[in-house]
Amino acid sequence: MYQYDELDQRLVDERVEQFRDQVARRLAGEITEDEFKPLRLMNGLYLQLHAYMLRIGIPYGMLSSVQLRKLAQITRKYDRGYGHFTTRQCLQLNWPKLSETPDILAELAEVQMHAIQTSGNSFRNVTADQYAGAATDEIEDSRIWAEIIRQWSTLHPEFSFLPRKFKIAVTGSPHDRAAVRFHDIGIVIHKAPDGEVGFEILVGGGLGRTPMIGQTIRAFLPKKHLLSYLEALLRIYNLMGRRDNKYKARIKILVFELGIEELQTLVEDEWNRNKDGPLALPQAEIDRITRQFSAPPWQTPASAPNQPVGAVHAFENPAFEDWERVNVAEHKQPGYAIVNLSLKALDRVPGDLTAAEMDAVADLADRFSFGEIRASHEQNLVFAHVRQDDLLPLWRSLGVLGLSTPNLNMISDIICCPGLDYCALASARSIPVAQRISMRFQDIKRQHNIGELRLKISGCVNACGHHHAGHIGILGVDRQGEEFYQITLGGNAGENASIGKIIGPAFASADVVDAVEAIVATYLAIREVGETFLEAYRRVGAAPFKQRLYPEPNHAVA
Amino acid sequence: MTLLVYTANRVSDGVVVFLAEDDGWLEIPRPSGVIRGADMEMRMKAVAEAAEEAAIVVSPYPIEVTDEGGEIRPVSLRERIRAYGPSIHPEFAKQWPIADKGY
Ligand code: SF4
Repeated sequence: MYQYDELDQRLVDERVEQFRDQVARRLAGEITEDEFKPLRLMNGLYLQLHAYMLRIGIPYGMLSSVQLRKLAQITRKYDRGYGHFTTRQCLQLNWPKLSETPDILAELAEVQMHAIQTSGNSFRNVTADQYAGAATDEIEDSRIWAEIIRQWSTLHPEFSFLPRKFKIAVTGSPHDRAAVRFHDIGIVIHKAPDGEVGFEILVGGGLGRTPMIGQTIRAFLPKKHLLSYLEALLRIYNLMGRRDNKYKARIKILVFELGIEELQTLVEDEWNRNKDGPLALPQAEIDRITRQFSAPPWQTPASAPNQPVGAVHAFENPAFEDWERVNVAEHKQPGYAIVNLSLKALDRVPGDLTAAEMDAVADLADRFSFGEIRASHEQNLVFAHVRQDDLLPLWRSLGVLGLSTPNLNMISDIICCPGLDYCALASARSIPVAQRISMRFQDIKRQHNIGELRLKISGCVNACGHHHAGHIGILGVDRQGEEFYQITLGGNAGENASIGKIIGPAFASADVVDAVEAIVATYLAIREVGETFLEAYRRVGAAPFKQRLYPEPNHAVA
Repeated sequence: MTLLVYTANRVSDGVVVFLAEDDGWLEIPRPSGVIRGADMEMRMKAVAEAAEEAAIVVSPYPIEVTDEGGEIRPVSLRERIRAYGPSIHPEFAKQWPIADKGY
């Protein structure tokens, strides 16, 4: 895991003291909210419906048990004893007092964490595959490159005031678990036919009110040029991105307006001027960062014999078997497995974790996964390195905590934004809808029979809940003061990314769960053997779902 | 007649507050804070703006409410959620006897 060097630590410590001074001046009335707002946003502090909200960055979603315990302690001491994992691998505190935020940041700095650039028009937390360093299909560890980008993009003087926020995600596997095609820049690590490893650079993906899928701007970029190329791309965006209209300021609009070829030409010209300059990455620096992500001391296969996941304790305990089949993934090291901790049990708020649970998860990580925890963009946690012969005791311990629901990628594993229960921008609530859908589909056997079905809910068009990328997407809308929900079908976040299409008029809150049920029933009626929801939808299109949802014209209110 | 109350978030902790007749900011809207007549409207607006200037509250604005026998209830769902707390956390509910009647 990356450890701060002296410079990193000084930078974070100094920022805490600067913010302490800014907060003191705000509390004393020496600066207005208009003056203070950009300062607090640069430190991840929002003002939401009920209170301030502090968004803490978790670079590439990776936490140590020490950091997680610190987060638990902070939520107890300064907040209300829980935190919320977001779709960008961050953690949000919903109730911090402004007067105490400098102390929170100081405590975070003690464990090499901060909230710098988790808001504002600059680079946001760089995200990566939650299975990095463990996945069987991985070409190279995405965290190494996410960390190199993090260092380059933190307080970058030229790019501190971009036209709009900027999100980068990296995957080292062809199977994209990091939704890179829905980021401003998505990076896919590839191996060329001659064996050289480099990057495919995608640009212009994003959700929000204008969802777009990223397009390839460079099919293969040699490793040493990563930063010089990103710098050229960002320079063009910084100069040409629109600043006159916040809704047209993301790079996706520039890509759309210029066209990918023209943008590519501009970027290549800029890059060719500078590519061998100071940003060309020396191998020694790549090696230094790579060492920070070396594999933990796995046991030899002899002491941890490898078996296909799912066969380890089969027939001993059906509930365990279910969990192992659904929540456990293959590991590249024989004898090991990747374990997903579901934060989506029936009665939970998706992505929330209490302080007591944080402590308990940290203890389990120490015992079973080298003291390391990952947050996924699906708002779950991951233990990346669990010995296969530890799966049963780990499952038992997770069961006690309520974190072993075998629903990964199932209909109740819902991505859900905070919505109108917290968010000042919301049009409607999203969490209660997620909870009602989970209740309706609580029979886990039924979920397993339905199979993979990604359902995602946003409380407004900003789409923090990734609804456009949901096989079933739900968007909360406000119709004359009433909560309504618009449904999209056919979205997907992975390597075969697609944007969901609106199926018809929105549903009243009381009807939206029935609508989901009707969609699922339609799928079950039409599916062919082994066909997932998304495959079935792609085969038959929207018509049968429409027919079932809107048997009579204008049955539902728009 | 539309009944209005000034609301804002407190600077020091972000908590939702409502302006009362005695010019104080309380966590519960009071009947005395309900604006009755143009004079009161102007005065409450001036008090709210002064509180913003003095860094006591952030972005005050008037919201529509109903007065149900002394229970001041915001009209919009957004404002009811602000007044009562997140609908998914009954343990954090404010004004629970009123909030209990639904969001
Ligand atoms: S999608 Fe809208 S409601 Fe949900 S968190 Fe984002 S801004 Fe808030």
